[in-house]
Amino acid sequence: MYVHLRRSLVLLLCSFAVLGLAYAYAATGLSQALFPHQANGSLGPNGSTLIGQPFDATRWFHGRPDDFGPYAADPAKGVSGGDNPLEADGLQGSSGPTNLGPRSKVLLEDTRALIRWWHEHGVQPTSDLVTTSGSGLDPDISPRSALVQIPMVAKATGVPPADLRALVEREVHPAEWGFLGSPTVDVLQLNEALAHLEARLGLHPGKSR
Amino acid sequence: MDLFLTIVVLVAALAVCWRFLGTYMAGVFEGRITFLAWAERPVYRLLRTSPEQEQTWQRYAGALVVFSGLSILFTYLVLRIQGSLPLNPEHLGAVSPALAWNTAVSFVTNTNWQNYAGERTLSYLSQMTLVVQQFLSPAVGIAVALALVRGLARRESKTVGNFWVDVTRAVLYVLLPIAFLAGIVFVAQGAVQTLAGPAHVRDSLTGFTQVIPRGPVAFMEAIKQLGTNGGGFYAANGAMPYENPTGLTNLLSIVLLLAIPVALTATFGDMVGSRRQGLALLAAMAVLFGAWTGFTTWAEHQPNPAVAAAGLPHQPTGNMEGKEARFGDTQSALYGVASTQTSTGSADAAYDSFNPIGGFGLLSGMMLGEVSPGGVGSGLYTILLFAILAVFIAGLMVGRTPEYLGKKIQAREIQLAGIGILVMPIVVLVLTAIAVSVHAGRVAPLNGGPHGFSEILYAFTSQANNNGSAFGGISSNTAFYNVLGGVAMLLGRFAIMVPVLALGGVLAEKATVPAGPGTFRTDTPLFVGLVIGSILLIGALTFFPAVSLGPIVEQLSHGRFFG
Repeated sequence: MYVHLRRSLVLLLCSFAVLGLAYAYAATGLSQALFPHQANGSLGPNGSTLIGQPFDATRWFHGRPDDFGPYAADPAKGVSGGDNPLEADGLQGSSGPTNLGPRSKVLLEDTRALIRWWHEHGVQPTSDLVTTSGSGLDPDISPRSALVQIPMVAKATGVPPADLRALVEREVHPAEWGFLGSPTVDVLQLNEALAHLEARLGLHPGKSR
Repeated sequence: MDLFLTIVVLVAALAVCWRFLGTYMAGVFEGRITFLAWAERPVYRLLRTSPEQEQTWQRYAGALVVFSGLSILFTYLVLRIQGSLPLNPEHLGAVSPALAWNTAVSFVTNTNWQNYAGERTLSYLSQMTLVVQQFLSPAVGIAVALALVRGLARRESKTVGNFWVDVTRAVLYVLLPIAFLAGIVFVAQGAVQTLAGPAHVRDSLTGFTQVIPRGPVAFMEAIKQLGTNGGGFYAANGAMPYENPTGLTNLLSIVLLLAIPVALTATFGDMVGSRRQGLALLAAMAVLFGAWTGFTTWAEHQPNPAVAAAGLPHQPTGNMEGKEARFGDTQSALYGVASTQTSTGSADAAYDSFNPIGGFGLLSGMMLGEVSPGGVGSGLYTILLFAILAVFIAGLMVGRTPEYLGKKIQAREIQLAGIGILVMPIVVLVLTAIAVSVHAGRVAPLNGGPHGFSEILYAFTSQANNNGSAFGGISSNTAFYNVLGGVAMLLGRFAIMVPVLALGGVLAEKATVPAGPGTFRTDTPLFVGLVIGSILLIGALTFFPAVSLGPIVEQLSHGRFFG
């Protein structure tokens, strides 16, 4: 028993030094040297391309609905930590999904409200646009989910639909190796490109019309 | 089509693991591969042990229990005093006693059930302490599997190996190098790895501000999957883009969590002197895995009933509620199956929002005892229990003393195998019955109706199987669930490991009888079928009533929704 205890303690302390501390520090050092952009969170001037944000005006392309959701769902309900990994606009949150079951009345009613909201804005929604994600901060939508929003964005920004279609198509990331996962559009990158396009067309980004 | 190609790549990668990693591990644990002896020797010197100092099964089990007990205590203490320790950039306070107990047990038992949101609860130092257990707990799993395999391979031996040597070698030769290489891929793809604290960002397009927690995530992700642990840095686990950024890392995760359990069947084959014996076990695993992948991915490719009833017309994508756009419906389901048929329990989607049959696929994968291919080490020793049961049933049918690999299977062996197989169902069913009988248990589910029952059943199935995935709607960070869950995890781990080690010891002492014309062969399709039959029979007999109250009745409730 004493021998077991002494060996356990020694092995545990060695492990803590090597597998806990040294592993983390060596890994961090290497990552920061080789891939600093990724290791620090893929941060750009307007946020991370890997962490969703609520684009809640009709002049932007929208991402997955989360509780910060721009749409009909009541933000105060706080069903998930949507777009809100730690703190968003000062509000506390954490990553996570809604966890509503497939026969949940709440899910039925929330989805109904989301579909109604999209219809009011002239959009025939896809499943991405009326379901919440697994992380609650999904940065992506499917290319089709971006395309269906064109009537809404065109009306709000004045950018011709054909230009928006070309913009979306340029922003499509194909699935890795062509088949791992699904093709996506990064909503932040798409909206950054949209702001760029508006500036080029002489429209004023940042102002609703 | 995409799913098909993904599975082709997965099978190819696992075939390489089986062929090379399996042989490599056999070499390592039999002491033939020694290129890291320079790192091993100082450890053995500190421990005052050596590979030549072999242990009886009793001493082996004693070392395991004491080591795991001390690991729980150490992890508990770090979580309790994290507020006064360094590496805590967000100044998080102590973890509550019940939660610290649950979390410490959870990581030491390879479960990684998480009743907390990592990014808001644990300091970097606490996360690193959990990573230590993410290396050690799979190493302990491998050690137990090795002791049982040695029991089968050796003749008239009093000893089953040296626990300290087996654990050290598993970490140094297998877990650490593979995890480190995989970690680099995770970072390159976009997983974060920094100690710089959270990022503060402001979107100049909308004026929106965000504080995004970061940390040493990518390399934790690597060992989380490789060690079939499953506990991630963030609450959203593998759905969080900072843990699992792309379709490629999603596939890599699935490969990593299946790699060692699959390869260990080859290691087993090498150690008992016949690869075909290992291949037979692998075939049983593969048939179950394939069947479950088939119906679970099919189920998730169907529309979500609530979303369809809300008026969304039929879509090319299936059930996207709780799934990430970059993974899609079927590849999230594949990840779920891999995660619940091993003891991993990581999640790249909300399992709670899977369609009823999809959720059943995940739940029942665990209920079969996690043998296809199961956790690191635990998968191999659990399927060996079923193999022993299968030869026993075959022996009863022909009226002959059953043998497995030349060892006579007698009353003692069957008793021990029976205990090892029945502990998990008893723990799951008894604790679920307690939870649905008391108020503290019944208030926890988020969803109403049969799905609420499924959340409770899933919680105890997951913890007793050391899986760690959840129907996450359940509010289980309460004293009731933290304490009871801890008990489930401890029993599901050690009440199985100790009988397995005893079985290893008893078998090791036996002589080997040479195979004769009447010997029932255990490397044939007939035997594979018998093993699969035993697994399905025991799973169905024990769990069918419980499952019919949950996912089955939910699937049959056409047009009904629950508040």
